Amino acid sequence: MITEIQNIDKNLIEILSKVSDPEIPVLSIMDMGVVRSALIENGNVKVEITPTYSGCPAMDVIGDDIKKALKEAGYESEIELILHPAWTTDWITPRGRKALEDYGIAAPLEAEADKDVLLNEKRLVKCPQCGSTNTKLVSQFGSTACKAQFQCDDCHEPFDYFKCLK
Amino acid sequence: MKQELYNYILGIADNSLILGQRLGELTGHGPTLETDIACTNISLDLFGQVRSYFQYAAKIAGDGRTEDDIAMLRKEREYVNVLLVEQPNTNFAYTMARQFLFDVYHLAFLSELEKSKDLTLSAIAKKCIKEVRYHERFSSDWIKRLGDGTEESKAKMQEAINDLWTYTDELFHQTEADIAMVSEGIGVDVTKLKDGYYKYVNEVLETATLEIPESKYFQKGGKKGIHTEHLGYLLTELQYMQRTYPNMEW
Repeated sequence: MITEIQNIDKNLIEILSKVSDPEIPVLSIMDMGVVRSALIENGNVKVEITPTYSGCPAMDVIGDDIKKALKEAGYESEIELILHPAWTTDWITPRGRKALEDYGIAAPLEAEADKDVLLNEKRLVKCPQCGSTNTKLVSQFGSTACKAQFQCDDCHEPFDYFKCLK
Repeated sequence: MKQELYNYILGIADNSLILGQRLGELTGHGPTLETDIACTNISLDLFGQVRSYFQYAAKIAGDGRTEDDIAMLRKEREYVNVLLVEQPNTNFAYTMARQFLFDVYHLAFLSELEKSKDLTLSAIAKKCIKEVRYHERFSSDWIKRLGDGTEESKAKMQEAINDLWTYTDELFHQTEADIAMVSEGIGVDVTKLKDGYYKYVNEVLETATLEIPESKYFQKGGKKGIHTEHLGYLLTELQYMQRTYPNMEW
C-alpha cells in the first residue's frame, strides 16, 4: 500500500474527530479517512476532504458539519473537495473498522478477498451479529453506494458489508 | 483550446448523465428490490461523476455558467452523448445489455484517461474507475446469468444484444474535440480501444452462450447531437423542473 500524505494540524484533530459520517453516525470522519488536510492559516482553517464515492450525498453535510464544529471551537474555515488521491478503504483506521463492526456493518476485506465474496465464490465475510462466516452475498449494491447486501446463513440476519475500494 | 477542452469534457460527461438518468427511471420500478437498488446505485455513481466533470467544465467556461446550467439548460441537439446510452429500458435484458456494452467501453476509456496530461481529468478518471469496475462486474454477471439461463431469458438477452449492437461502433468515432485533445496529450484516442472492446465483449457473450451479432451496419450521430427519438422524452423529464420553474434552485 502506498502511504498517502495526510496533513492535519494536531490542534484540530480532536475537533475534527467529533464530526461523524451522517450515514454511519458511529464513524468519525477522521477514522473514515476522508479528511486529507486541515491547516491553520492566520486563524482560518483550510480543510481538504475527499469523497468516498463520487455520488456520495453525505459530502455536503460533512462539509457543513466540519464548518460548524470548527466555528464552535473559534475558527472560520474553508472546505475544499479534492479527488486526488482517490479515497480507498485502506484509509479507514483500525478504530473505524471496529466502530463499523460494532454498528452492524462488516468491514471491508482485502481487494482480492473482496472479489471472491462479491462473485459469491468464497465465504469470508463475518456476520457482525453472530460472527459466523457462513454468509452469502445478496446483492453487490446496498443501502448506500459504499455497501453490499449480505445475509448470514447461521443466524439468518441480513447485514451490510462495506465494499473494498482500492 | 479552451472551447475544445470544454466540448471534450461534455463528450465524456453526457454519456454518464444520460445513462444515469435512464437508470434513475428504475427507482421503485426495478424487477426486484435488489436490482432496483443496484441500478439506482450505479445511477448515483454516474451522477456523482458527472458533477465532477461539469464543475470542471463550468470553471473552464468561466462565464458564470454552473454545473446545473450545463446539465439542465441545453437543447436536445446540444447533448453529445452516444446513442447507446439513451436507448430505453425496454425490459431488464435491454437495461443490462445497454449497461454492459457501455461499462466495458467506460472502463477501457477511463484507464486511458488516467494518463491524461490534464491533472483534473486524470484525477476524475482515477476516482471513477474504481466505481465503474463494480458496474461492469454487475452488468457482465447479468449477461451471463440471463444468457446462460432459461430459454426465455436467453431469447430476451439475445434480442437485446442484437438490437443494441448497432450502437456500439459509435463509441469509437472521434470528434473534432477528440482529435484536438489527443494531440495535446489530454484526450483518449478511442479508435485504439475498439479491438480490445470487441474481444472482451465477445468473450463474455460466449461464456453466456449467446451469439455474437454479425451485423456490420452501425448507427451514429449522437456525438454530433443527432439523436434517436428517445432522447427528447428523456430530456423532458430530466429538465422538467427547470422548464416549469425557470431558474429555480434547491
